[in-house]
Amino acid sequence: MITVVATDRRTRRRRSSAVTAALVAVAFALFILTMMIGSYYVPAWDVITSAFRLRDEPSVDFVVRDLRLPTATAGVAVGFALGVSGLLFQKLLGNPLASPDFVGISSGASMFAVSAIILFGAGSSMISASALAGALVSAFIIYLLAWRDGISGYRFVLIGIGLSQFMMSIVGYIIARAELYEARQAMTWLVGTVGQAGTTELRVLIAALLVLVPAALVLQRPLRVLELGDDTAKALGAHVELSRLALIGVAIVLIGFATAVAGPIMFVALIAGPIAQRIVGHNGGGIIAAGLVGSIIVLGADLVAHHVVPVDLPTGVITGIIGAPYLIWLLATVNREGRGG
Amino acid sequence: MTLLETPTTSRETAPRHRPGSGLAAGLVVLVGVLLVVCFFSITLGSRGVGVPTIWKAFTDFNPGSASETVIREMRVPRTLIGVFAGAALGLSGVILQGVTRNPLADPGIMGINAGAAAFIVFGIMILGVQGAIGYVWLAFLGAGVATVTVYGIASFGREGATPVKLALAGAAVTAVLTSLTSAIIMTNVDALNELRFWQVGSLAGRYMPVFWQTAPFIALGLVVAMFTGRALNGLALGEDLALALGQRLRLTRLLLFVTVAVLCGAATAACGPIVLVGLIVPHMARFICGPDYRWILPYSLILTPIVLLAADIFGRLVVSPGELQVGVVLGVIGAPAFILLVRYRNLAEL
Repeated sequence: MITVVATDRRTRRRRSSAVTAALVAVAFALFILTMMIGSYYVPAWDVITSAFRLRDEPSVDFVVRDLRLPTATAGVAVGFALGVSGLLFQKLLGNPLASPDFVGISSGASMFAVSAIILFGAGSSMISASALAGALVSAFIIYLLAWRDGISGYRFVLIGIGLSQFMMSIVGYIIARAELYEARQAMTWLVGTVGQAGTTELRVLIAALLVLVPAALVLQRPLRVLELGDDTAKALGAHVELSRLALIGVAIVLIGFATAVAGPIMFVALIAGPIAQRIVGHNGGGIIAAGLVGSIIVLGADLVAHHVVPVDLPTGVITGIIGAPYLIWLLATVNREGRGG
Repeated sequence: MTLLETPTTSRETAPRHRPGSGLAAGLVVLVGVLLVVCFFSITLGSRGVGVPTIWKAFTDFNPGSASETVIREMRVPRTLIGVFAGAALGLSGVILQGVTRNPLADPGIMGINAGAAAFIVFGIMILGVQGAIGYVWLAFLGAGVATVTVYGIASFGREGATPVKLALAGAAVTAVLTSLTSAIIMTNVDALNELRFWQVGSLAGRYMPVFWQTAPFIALGLVVAMFTGRALNGLALGEDLALALGQRLRLTRLLLFVTVAVLCGAATAACGPIVLVGLIVPHMARFICGPDYRWILPYSLILTPIVLLAADIFGRLVVSPGELQVGVVLGVIGAPAFILLVRYRNLAEL
């Protein structure tokens, strides 16, 4: 019996590492591809040697290192952060639809950023800082309001949606009273695109990922216990609220930094986690896979937005359009299984 | 049941047993309040006008007088649209909450507004529609499509349309429509410029033609809605009991949803997306007159225009020059009310 379980576990682990390796390969390929194509084509090998500083060649270096590397890196980092954060939210709130795009955190970031753009005429790093502040403030308010002898995923989701109505009506008002060009700038920010990242914000996001993803991996064990429900978790001796608070904190900081870099790119946080789980299989590592799927989605969507459609579009438009059919399918299956809440 | 009915003293249940004559008197008082609010809606604003001017504007109109023109061309249409749209939003909120048995059903939460907005943008982009009159039909269509989609998605599955499922389905459909809308407005500056003014619900700049286009639909919807009290009471008992009482559920639900789509669509077409008023007012009505839909409907019919016009007047007075659109005022006041509702009411109650 024990050997059967052990073998089963071993096959599952082998599958999960094989899938993770494949995801890394796909993400890397897209990362390189993003730097290859554009108005000036650079062969793959030149991109690799230049981006990783294996060889200096001024004409290639300018295009690759200065123009394309920031966008490509932003795609990887933002996607990873969104994927991890979405997965954490879905697990903690016990609802596959509870992604930070819907429950009011992105709209908090949007309200602060739009105010910064239109009311204070802020520059890019100021906008990023306000977006981050907005995400944190709104998450804090939601957490506070949803607290009543602990957090129920149900209350958190509904209060988040209520708060997001509040914020979005203010965003609408600000945009309506702005000048047209400012309104356009704000609307572009609201859709979200990886191209608008500044180097400083990007560095901060990468640093946050390097610290927080390992932290999330360590915190994964209490996460598993939480899935059994609060009562069971308490009985097993987990510090339920403490672990939950720590994990929600990780998820919120990640989504805040990602939004600060690229604006609220929709649907990535929602779909990365479930896709990763489907590929890796349930009980798989989850966090890393979800992050990689997030990176793949963002890089892919950015390629489509810049090179496939006839006009240059923000990345968020493409993720929104790919997200739509998936979402309807998800809602339908989730409801059939009776897990929608 | 009737044998057990004893005079109750608890504050919770006392209003539910108030005799009908008291409720009828309350309704008359509310109609009086509505008339007063209408009067203020016509007189107050950046240009104050007195009763004699109003009288003159209708009996002996002088086109040269700015005050009289403001009354005839702006204040009166605005007030009429406010009354009609308010009544429509209130009753559609009551019906949505009753038919879904969901205390948080609301046109904004359910993505109906986003549907209307998306269709308006498609219309501007693809058909080249211009101006408020063309928007009416587009908003109508969009609201209808969104209602059907959201309810369809949410009611798929075992437990039917629960509050969380409806809210999430609404948020999700809103997100999808918003990204499609953004794709268009990013490439079309005209559409962006039209949409940014339309998407904050407002009564400003809506003239008589808009009223005449939407009023017949709203009037029809209101008449039908006022007769739905018995059906909603039946549904409130639960499917099994409603069936046992001889209701044809499928037909009733369909009729109720068509009514909601007509009311919401026409109201959204008239004044843009106005959120949360259709959610909050039915709860106020329920608080006054208890769970009987035959009373909740007339109370909401009168209360919602009062709230809407009051918010509009407030928005006019609080920011000067210019004004705070009524959609913004209601969004800012309504969201805390929504949150209170989530926190303090037992949501399985309906």
